[in-house]
Amino acid sequence: MSDIAFVRKEIAPMAPPPLAVGGILGWMRKNLFSGWFNIAMTVMSLALIALILPPLLRFFFFDAVWAGDSREACLGASGACWPFIKAKFGQLVYGFYPIAERWRPDIVFALGAILLAGLLIPRVPFKRWNSILFFGVFPIVALIFLGGGNFSLNQFIIGRIIPLAAMLQGAELFGLTLSFWLDFVVSSVLITAVAYFVANALGADGRFAARAAAALLIGLGAVLLTLDFDFGLVPVETRQWGGLLVTLVVSVTGIVTSLPLGILLALGRRSHLPIVRVFSVCFIEFWRGVPLITVLFFATYMLPLFLPGGLTIDGLLRALIGVALFSAAYMAEVVRGGLQAIPKGQTEAANALGLGYWQTMNKVVMPQALALVIPGIVGNFIGLFKDTTLVLIVALFDLLGQIRAAFSDPSWATPTTLFTGFAFAGVVYFIFCFGMSRYSMFVERRTSAGRRR
Amino acid sequence: MAEAGNVVEMIGVNKWYGQFHVLRDINMKVARGERIVICGPSGSGKSTMIRCINRLEEHQAGRIIVDGTELTNDLKKIDEIRRDVGMVFQHFNLFPHLTILENLTLAPIYVRQIPKKEAEEIAMHYLTRVKIPEQASKYPGQLSGGQQQRVAIARALCMKPKLMLFDEPTSALDPEMVKEVLDTMVQLAKDGMTMLCVTHEMGFARQVANRVVFMDAGQIIEANSPDEFFSHPQHERTKLFLSQILH
Ligand SMILES: Nc1ncnc2c1ncn2[C@@H]1O[C@H](COP(=O)(O)OP(=O)(O)OP(=O)(O)O)[C@@H](O)[C@H]1O
Ligand SMILES: [Mg+2]
Repeated sequence: MSDIAFVRKEIAPMAPPPLAVGGILGWMRKNLFSGWFNIAMTVMSLALIALILPPLLRFFFFDAVWAGDSREACLGASGACWPFIKAKFGQLVYGFYPIAERWRPDIVFALGAILLAGLLIPRVPFKRWNSILFFGVFPIVALIFLGGGNFSLNQFIIGRIIPLAAMLQGAELFGLTLSFWLDFVVSSVLITAVAYFVANALGADGRFAARAAAALLIGLGAVLLTLDFDFGLVPVETRQWGGLLVTLVVSVTGIVTSLPLGILLALGRRSHLPIVRVFSVCFIEFWRGVPLITVLFFATYMLPLFLPGGLTIDGLLRALIGVALFSAAYMAEVVRGGLQAIPKGQTEAANALGLGYWQTMNKVVMPQALALVIPGIVGNFIGLFKDTTLVLIVALFDLLGQIRAAFSDPSWATPTTLFTGFAFAGVVYFIFCFGMSRYSMFVERRTSAGRRR
Repeated sequence: MAEAGNVVEMIGVNKWYGQFHVLRDINMKVARGERIVICGPSGSGKSTMIRCINRLEEHQAGRIIVDGTELTNDLKKIDEIRRDVGMVFQHFNLFPHLTILENLTLAPIYVRQIPKKEAEEIAMHYLTRVKIPEQASKYPGQLSGGQQQRVAIARALCMKPKLMLFDEPTSALDPEMVKEVLDTMVQLAKDGMTMLCVTHEMGFARQVANRVVFMDAGQIIEANSPDEFFSHPQHERTKLFLSQILH
């Protein structure tokens, strides 16, 4: 007789899982006081909170001055001087944007917020139209509203060879420079014809090439037409923009352009085509190798020296391009990390089904790779958002710049003005960054729902 | 030139990995409706050979003609061939971020440009054939290995391939799941699918194969009908191999 043999006689019934024991006290015993190390940590944390929290609360709320309209109200207080922020609020949001025109940034803010909410909230329908509006139409609308539109366009292509401008003597219609548009139409027809003949000569589909070229040119024409058109808005130079407006313009442009650029660069770095790969590597390594401050300095003070005479690029635009390319390089490396984590079998399976390179990337590899690196991507966004403040050194006044400018106003000089300003800046930056961070956690949970590997 | 009725023709195919000669002078014809089982020791080049047929690997000498089209560097032709050649992998390679139904409809929608509704009907048809229609809205990670492999077979079938390649489809599965996958493959064979199958399931080979091909060191050593192959192996290496796997 041995006791190895065992045969079950009856089947064990299904039982419900045990209930969590002990309520709040049980939870505390388990999570806060389960051992000497845990007890020490709990005590230290409590001490830290007791040390930090009361002074903060006192500064922000209890000792703070809430009402008043001059520095006298804040002189005796040891807390924040909120009337200072209230008095300067317009400047902090719009910079030196003309007061009578501030409804224009307001419209842009509102439009951007509505479109963005539509994109970010999963339940809202029409995602495709929404993204076309946000990524395609909104930038142009924002540009016209903020800057005033009615750009003066001079030459397209033919106009550089034939002096059309002189011939038409700068005639205008609804703000449209006629010489430019004559130039544009003639040049477009020529380009389309060239595309047709070149494609035919190379043995490709000439009609298709011509149609593609025409479509592109018509799209470009529509954008230029809107920009050139005179909507009767007072022009506001970018030098007058400032405050939160500049912070948002720079960071949103940077965020929106750096992700797609970064994805392309990451793919380029893994490409089998040597030229594409070498270009991507050089680009990424260059931008990662130089500090953002250098990039901004170079773009602002050195670039004009290299550009051909007379050609100037708007200062804000230069900073925008610098920030976008800079963050694209970082984004590329984050995305590449994600790409490397996707097993080769995924690409092989997609290829074996007949999916081409871009389809494979779009439908199979990228969705998985990006989902893996959401924390890295959002980390980059947050870093970028805070780095925008560096535009200060090229004489653009973002939120922080405006706050510091406001310090120099003698009519608000009090002992706590400085702290109040920085506290306010901290709160505003925190709200944006914390928002991004929370949203990324939400997306992570959504993308991983039900997908055990 | 390609003879009518041959789905695959490999003529003097050679391939190297650096200095290493993986495929040496491979000659093989697969007629329409034929079912071929390829076996051989690990590292003998079985996977490499069948992966050359849909250009997951590139051969460097010789010719491979699939359904009348020769494989060259022409990307368009490669895509055309891949559309008509289904492949099932050892590790399933399902797309984990898509539901089972989306896994099945992805290629029909984006490669064959079939309307979504119709693609879903086709997908449900094949899911029913591999006996798991009720799993359509789950994600691959929620299925057992055997179920995942059957989904992978259904995914390939949704493209209505003319030829199916199997690379050790059951060797990553727990023993009790091997049968459900093999049953699916037997059913497929009965329906007249042309199949090239790398496997060590000798029962399966006996049951469905028209021909068993034995490979070693990058070469085809012996090919014969299953009866002859198992009862009268000719080459010494075949005998050794068979004695090792059939105890
Ligand atoms: N990418 C590669 N680079 C270099 N050598 C390789 C590569 N892929 C495979 N090999 C080698 O080629 C040989 C054949 O590999 P293959 O995968 O075709 O073998 P197999 O017969 O399928 O073996 P198994 O039964 O283990 O799957 C092996 O020796 C392997 O080490
Ligand atoms: Mg193998």
